[in-house]
Amino acid sequence: MLEVLSPAFVTTIQDSGRRGYQRYGVPLSGPMDWFAHRTANRLVGNLSEAACLELGMSAAQLRLESDTLIAITGAGYRLLVNGKALPMWTALWLHKGAHIEFSKVPGGTWAYLAIAGGFREPQILGSCSAYLRAGIGRQLQPGDMLSVSGTAANKRGLAGRYLPEDVRPAYGTELELMAILGPHIDRFNQSGLESFWNGTYKLTPKADRMGFRLQGVPLTHSKGADIISQGMVSGVVQVPADGQPIVMMPDHPTSGGYTQIAVLATTDLPRLAQCEPGIGQVCFRRVDVEEAQKVYRKTLASLETALLDDQEDWMQL
Amino acid sequence: MHSNDLPIIRALGDSAILVEFGDKIDSLINQQVYRLDAWLKADTLAGVLESLPAYTSLVIQYDPGYLNVSEVLAWLNDKIKSCPKENTSSQRLIEVPVVYGGKSGVDLSAVAAAHQLSDEEVIRIHSQNEYTVAMMGFTPGFAYLSGMDPRLSTPRLSTPRIQIPAGSVGIAGAQTGIYSIESPGGWQLIGRTALTLFNPLKQKPFYFSPGDKVRFIPISPAEAEPDA
Repeated sequence: MLEVLSPAFVTTIQDSGRRGYQRYGVPLSGPMDWFAHRTANRLVGNLSEAACLELGMSAAQLRLESDTLIAITGAGYRLLVNGKALPMWTALWLHKGAHIEFSKVPGGTWAYLAIAGGFREPQILGSCSAYLRAGIGRQLQPGDMLSVSGTAANKRGLAGRYLPEDVRPAYGTELELMAILGPHIDRFNQSGLESFWNGTYKLTPKADRMGFRLQGVPLTHSKGADIISQGMVSGVVQVPADGQPIVMMPDHPTSGGYTQIAVLATTDLPRLAQCEPGIGQVCFRRVDVEEAQKVYRKTLASLETALLDDQEDWMQL
Repeated sequence: MHSNDLPIIRALGDSAILVEFGDKIDSLINQQVYRLDAWLKADTLAGVLESLPAYTSLVIQYDPGYLNVSEVLAWLNDKIKSCPKENTSSQRLIEVPVVYGGKSGVDLSAVAAAHQLSDEEVIRIHSQNEYTVAMMGFTPGFAYLSGMDPRLSTPRLSTPRIQIPAGSVGIAGAQTGIYSIESPGGWQLIGRTALTLFNPLKQKPFYFSPGDKVRFIPISPAEAEPDA
């Protein structure tokens, strides 16, 4: 069991997402930073898709109610256990009563806590990912107790393994993000397209689990900004009539009615997700689909390889 | 594009494909979307995760860790060639009891006035057509219905409302639809149904499915009371 002493501004349970209901208007949801979420799970021996605690935008405190193995990943946080700094991206064996503090630092927005066995939360439509706008799942509150599936005793040997920094996404506040041409490039004029690929866009404070609003040189349309609504994926860059791009994040509406100028590469979604609203700025580098998929597979493979180079020694606190 | 032409197929990023059957809202185009959707679901490809039908297009999402874009395109091109050209499955017809006007449909008179119709004529015209759930979206369970009589076509409110009750029946341009959960919105509200359109805890969480046929049945406020 894990007790929430004080939650962060946004604190929810997220597994890899709710598959199969987007046709009914239910977003996929799932983690903002899929790489950190997946890594946290793999470090403690869970399936990559298992439910983690996702917390974002401000500090949080938790207490462990049993001895167990946890891993905390993400960016923009420092980890303190019983007041002592401990590494993130590392499997940690902690004792009952351990006080876990996430202190907020610059350089990111979201942290993930995976616990050996995974959280045992009720599934709604096949997933325990929260989607707060439709009342699915909940924002965690002080005093909430989260139960865990299975036992952690046999996972103790995993303690100490970690993901080296060079394998993690290159988080930061000034990012170049890989993007693929969107389906509606013929709806923009030449200067609109050039602005997008050559310009720098600031992250406005309007950034949440649904989408990030960017601001920069307006992207001018040649044939209007509205389209007949069609399905979307995370990373789609929609451009409404004001010419300012909006990037879709995991809780995005399933369909959209604005022109789509580009789609971010899956590999780079975590970097945008962690880039700080109101502070960060991004530019885009054009890649084709094949290249984006090659980079994605390489990213997954290096994660698995790094985790195999397992540390034998384990840490006890 | 003519509805018998082959669709345009494009990558939508590195994890999805967009298939577009046309560029106007049209029931024949919408039927093509649902025929292909059903055809793909009947014999899917490992690594294809889900599909999102819309008015004129289908988005197919896949796992780029498992499938290359070329593999998905090869499968999809084959499927499009072999896809039936006629509708095979019969669509469900769903009746939706609606209390029109009054507190249930605060914009009914404004819609009527905009078209020089009486409230009763708007109700009669709105409830005589058979609609199709052309797509779902906006919020879970929200059904975009095509097939409305063009005489009722009315622009959205210039300022959207902050809170619209679940079950509200609205008009936006040439479309009509039903708010599935309480949410903000700018559609002109002409009535309300007491049906629960989305309840994630029920065994059947969604009242509508994409492709369903829908008919509105006008009822009185007294008939809408569950205890009456």
